[in-house]
Amino acid sequence: MAKMTLEELRKLRDQKQGEMQKRDIEGKDSRIVIGMGTCGIAAGAKPVLDAFLAALEEKHIDNVSVTQTGCMGLCYVEPTIEVIVPGMPDVIYGKVDAATARKIVEQHIIGKQLVTDHMFDRPAADIIKKDGGK
Amino acid sequence: MAFRNYILVCGGTACESSRADQIYQNLLEECKAQGVADEVQVVKTGCFGFCEQGPIVKILPEDSFYVKVKPEDAKELISEHVIKGREVTRLLYDKESSRKHAKVEDIKFYQKQFRIVLRNCGFIDPENIDEYIAREGYQALEKALFEMTSEDIIEELKTAGLRGRGGAGFPTWMKWNFSRQVANDTKYVVCNADEGDPGAYMDRSTLEGDPHSVLEAMTICGKTIGAHRGFIYIRAEYPLAIHRLEIAMKQAREYGLLGENILGSGFDFDIEIRLGAGAFVCGEETALLQSLEGKRGMPQPRPPFPAVKGLWGKPTVINNVETWANIPVIITKGGNWFNKIGTADSKGTKVFALTGKIRNSGLVEVPMGTTLREIIYDIGGGIAHDKKFKAVQTGGPSGGVITDESLDTPIDFGSLIRIGSMMGSGGMIVMDEDDCIVDVAKFYLNFSVDESCGKCAPCRIGGRSLCNILEKITVGNGTLQDLDTLESIGEAMKKGSLCALGQTTPNPVLSSIKHFKEEYLAHIVDKSCPSGTCKKLITYSINAEKCIGCTACARKCPVAAISGERKQVHIIDQSICIKCGVCMETCKFGAVEIH
Repeated sequence: MAKMTLEELRKLRDQKQGEMQKRDIEGKDSRIVIGMGTCGIAAGAKPVLDAFLAALEEKHIDNVSVTQTGCMGLCYVEPTIEVIVPGMPDVIYGKVDAATARKIVEQHIIGKQLVTDHMFDRPAADIIKKDGGK
Repeated sequence: MAFRNYILVCGGTACESSRADQIYQNLLEECKAQGVADEVQVVKTGCFGFCEQGPIVKILPEDSFYVKVKPEDAKELISEHVIKGREVTRLLYDKESSRKHAKVEDIKFYQKQFRIVLRNCGFIDPENIDEYIAREGYQALEKALFEMTSEDIIEELKTAGLRGRGGAGFPTWMKWNFSRQVANDTKYVVCNADEGDPGAYMDRSTLEGDPHSVLEAMTICGKTIGAHRGFIYIRAEYPLAIHRLEIAMKQAREYGLLGENILGSGFDFDIEIRLGAGAFVCGEETALLQSLEGKRGMPQPRPPFPAVKGLWGKPTVINNVETWANIPVIITKGGNWFNKIGTADSKGTKVFALTGKIRNSGLVEVPMGTTLREIIYDIGGGIAHDKKFKAVQTGGPSGGVITDESLDTPIDFGSLIRIGSMMGSGGMIVMDEDDCIVDVAKFYLNFSVDESCGKCAPCRIGGRSLCNILEKITVGNGTLQDLDTLESIGEAMKKGSLCALGQTTPNPVLSSIKHFKEEYLAHIVDKSCPSGTCKKLITYSINAEKCIGCTACARKCPVAAISGERKQVHIIDQSICIKCGVCMETCKFGAVEIH
């Protein structure tokens, strides 16, 4: 994109905000967000990312985007990931390895059930969302 | 088919031991009995952190947070909450207690953490500028460039009460104002990302998770003081943070948010990255600026302060990563919003890297005024392996130990100094009963001695002398006179050193002598190490009554110091033993003892 003016920046913000709220990024309504800070990567986030991509391909699921983010702060349960599926609560899973990744795809993405024993709590409310991220 | 409700039962070890499993079973049965098994999923989760309030049950999507739940409460939770949609008030966590330090609306009542600096970490893709923009990114820059004067921006920071997060806590608005008022064609903005304390990684995580917040803040500062160039001084050991900063800068330039004529405002500002070679002292601002100029990183006497005469002799605002990351929020939400968070002395939040013998280690951001007890027990979940809490070190090698008698002190800049430690940049290392306080002090001293630049004698010679005496004590050659010497050298270093490194090097020794004198005396007088850490002061032996002669220890001993026939009592030859402790770990019968 070329250099923006003030108006163009504002327009872009509105548009991207809308996309993030509708969670409709490039036609995909669900998201898997993987914590890829140095901490997450050291704990094995890269093989987990590969496992998610492989499992989604294997099951022919194409409405889920896989993206990365920074550290969520839960060092003791890295690698951590977030799963966002319409109609279900946003969930953070910790201590995720390749096997758990496959389980999350089968059980959470396809079966619409939460995966036991791996759920953790986002440590704080979101100050950017107007409702505190509730 | 998605469920109507999700019931989350904490499955952390602390909650498990208080019958969380029975609660889980009862909830499953009640769902069936009351006919809602198809509409509700009951799930066991990882630890919520609030272990002292456990067992914890959380029900989604209402986000109801129930504490101290008993197995017999399952029936009511299902019949009231799930079926009738009414929260079971008597089990809800007290809403008032956690709002003490953050009087803002948008905080989840049961959470002790409040994230301003880390607001985007874990939410956005740090390599995609659009996601930052979608979350109010560069909105502060818009305001700063088009709606606010330099005076307005400084006034906003003054109202906010933001103090520098690098350790010293100097008011940020004053720093900016000094630079603004100096008439000079060339001024600079610098980000101090030379995070070097052992156990600290707040700045790394911030840069890796949200690089644009720092770029945006530096640009706002440039506009405020009249600078057109900025530098990020970051240690070369942070490759991922550097990589993401480079991507962020490239994307910001493409969008016209960095570089010439930003957003068509006519204001030019650009940033360059400079890599530090890993010297701890370069985190000290005057040494950092020397290093940025290409010289050897050595602290310079102040005044003049960098804000007046800094990089290449020009007015320079230098702030640390965490300070920068606060700025866009203060400009967007206003100084009055920020001002409501924290204590009278310190506004806003502080990020801590909570590590050591803690159950839930992690990156923690709390409002100023939160107590250490809340951080260690409510967020950190208490001490790992149910050991006894001994002390917590804040401020890394520059700070001191804090014992359980001070755990209820609300933390801010002033209170930590009053209890003999300091805020530092935010490392927080928890120690349990197995840690030897003399050994810990020796560790920090060794670190500071290695990192002393050698320019001034109190730091160069004093630090080495402290280290030698501690070494002497840990091998059993200490005398009572040594304790006085440690204190007198320490006090002299505090008064005579040129920079904060030398002034704070003795802190771990002085504070540990103050709080744990009896442990020093045990090393000196009894020639023993109560925690069994100092190798020269301990011996391993085998209890003849417990040893069954399984030979496991003898086979594992790396120096063949253990002898004994099969089914006969084994013996450790003290002249060979290197005190590695492998025999103790190996023995299944607790027959190896430490003295």
